[in-house]
Formats: sequence, C-alpha cells, structure tokens
Amino acid sequence: MPELSRRRALSAAAVVATAAGTWSASTPATAAGHHDSRGTFDEVYKGRRIQGRPAAGAGHHHHGAGYAVFVDGVELHVMRNADGTWISVVSHYDPVPTPRAAARAAVDELQGAPLLPFPANRPLA
Amino acid sequence: MTVRKNQSALTADEKRRFVAALLELKRSGRYDEFVTTHNAFIVSDTDDGERTGHRSPSFLPWHRRFLLEFERALQSVDASVALPYWDWSVDRSPRASLWAPDFLGGTGRERDGRVTDGPFSASSGNWPINVRVDGRTFLRRSLGAGGRQLPTPAEVESVLSISTYDMAPWNSASDGFRNHLEGWRGVNLHNRVHVWVGGQMATGVSPNDPVFWLHHAYIDKLWAEWQRRHPGSGYLPAAGTPDVIDLRETMRPWHDTSPADLLDHTAHYTFDA
Repeated sequence: MPELSRRRALSAAAVVATAAGTWSASTPATAAGHHDSRGTFDEVYKGRRIQGRPAAGAGHHHHGAGYAVFVDGVELHVMRNADGTWISVVSHYDPVPTPRAAARAAVDELQGAPLLPFPANRPLA
Repeated sequence: MTVRKNQSALTADEKRRFVAALLELKRSGRYDEFVTTHNAFIVSDTDDGERTGHRSPSFLPWHRRFLLEFERALQSVDASVALPYWDWSVDRSPRASLWAPDFLGGTGRERDGRVTDGPFSASSGNWPINVRVDGRTFLRRSLGAGGRQLPTPAEVESVLSISTYDMAPWNSASDGFRNHLEGWRGVNLHNRVHVWVGGQMATGVSPNDPVFWLHHAYIDKLWAEWQRRHPGSGYLPAAGTPDVIDLRETMRPWHDTSPADLLDHTAHYTFDA
C-alpha cells in the first residue's frame, strides 16, 4: 500500500502543479474541457488524475469509440453505446452519460486500487 | 442427461460437489481461461462493429454455448454436477441461501468489498483473482448496494411477453426480446443483476464470481421460456447482416456452431421445471 499511496500523491501533485487541479469531486472542471463526448477532460477526482481525449488513430482496442480515458496514466478501456452513453471495463453493465462519468465511476469502483493495463483486452481471432 | 436445477432446491451434497468442481477447475487453471475469453469478447463487441457475445442477437446462443463448455469442464471433474440457475426475481435478497457460507458466500465487507466467508473468500486461499483489470486479487461483492433492487417477476413477465426475438440495428439500441432481456433497453433484466451483485460481477471479468454461471443459466432458462410462449417466433436475423451473427452463421471463438444449432437446449440439458 505505501507504493500505491506514493503513486497517487505524485500524480495528484503533478496535476496541481501544472493545471491548478480541481481537488474536489464536486468542482466542475470547466477549464479542462467539454462535457461533449468528443472533447477532452483532465481533472483530479477523489485524489486520482482522470483524463480523456479523442484517440489518435484507430488503435486495436478502441473499437470505434475513438476516445481514450486514463486513470493515473493507465488506460481504462471505455466503449460508447449506440445511444451515446458510455461504459468502461470496470463498470460494464451500467451506462453513464459521458466518458468523464465513466472515468469517475471507475475511480469509485477502484477504491484506490491501481488500474492494470490488461493483456486480456484483445479480441480473439 | 444433465438437469439444471434451481439453486434454492439443491441438496447439501449437490452444493458441496458443485463447489468442489469449481475449486478444481480454478486450481487447474481452466477456470481462468473462461474469464479471459469472456473479457476478450466484452471489450471487442461494439454497437457499430463486429459483435458476437454481447449487445447483439447472438448474446443468447453465445452464452448458451459458453455455459455448455463450462458445464462440460465441471463434469470432467465430477460427472454428477450440472449448472444450477439463480431465479433472482424470487431469491432477491442478500439473505438468500445462495449467499450462505456453504455455497457462494455473502456480500463484501464495507471497507474494500472483500468477500470474507464461503469457499471463494480470499482467506480460503482457493480463489485468487488472476484475470483482472485492477490490482485487487480478492473476490469482491456489494450485494444490493445503494438500495438497488433485482428485477421483479412482473418485470420478467413484461419482457417474456415481447414476441419479436430481436430487431435492427441488432445492438444495444434494439427493441425486441433479446435486448430487453440483456438490459440495454427497458426495465433491464440481465445487466441490472450484474450491477446488483457488484464487485467483479459488474466488470468485464465478471466470470471471476461463480454466481456468473448461475445468473446466465437463468437468463438461458428465460430464453427457453420465451421460446415456449412464442412458438411462431424464431431467432433473427436470418441472413446477410454485416457484423452480426445470422441464424446459420458460426460464432467465434468456436467456429463450429451457429445459433440454429443451439436453439433447442434439450439436446444438451433439461430444466427441473
């Protein structure tokens, strides 16, 4: 756990230093981007840095979402539903309105645990 | 012939044998292969691309085949074992016998969601979470957290009454029986149960929780019940649909079975009622 704490502290500090980060979950990060699913966001939510941006190129694991979300720098697999709602691999059966909401739901679900870049995240042949 | 029974009717010996077979598949590494396969499909099935295991008409036959593979693996350990099903519209409380320490164990503790009793608790040493998306290696649950409710019998009835199997655009936006059962639209049956259990069951690696199989065995039973009620309705689409498994098209990862081959469950197993 000490390693986890240090990691979280470092990433949080980095955001504060560079972007006057928004520490409170209730603070709208208006300077960080749009709520539109094609915009970007970058904020500290519950002590962890969450970021989202349109994905460059069609990476094999973006599956047409064309959008990438990160938690403390580790990519969180997200997916856009036909109705415009979003899910992530850690909350896969519970659609939320935006990629930022999916990132926040992931932080809630993780309860401080580090996200793993997971090799299982590849379609089967 | 395999008979799938309601989990609430299992004898103590049947529960013991089912649990022992699960633990042996876990010990041998075969269990985790099923978790890996499920996650690979769940992250690659997309509404506007190729879709096979989820958010598509083949959600039901794909999971039927997936459960058959798993049940055969269990039976290779103990030939007397069949997959039980969980009728969550009846056994809808965290106090149901399903969650007792002699079966699946209960909900997770408040602090970190860790399941602390039953054969699959981390402290048993027998159930490491290896195929995972985060650093936690212990089984987690939060049964009914936030006051969430499982679907009611009336809600199940409302979905069984839908006479069309599936409809264009054959994805999470579809009207029809399949998508209402899957839960992306309407009262939400299958998806809601995953969320109600919480922990790994709410994620792409949901088969890490053994209740996955009991949940899907009941979803599968509801498909059979729907067929009984609508004998004139069949699997759709019939042919020629891009990115979607048509009636006679084979499914990944097996490449040898089509939905048409899986419509009749009685070739493989029957239900207790």
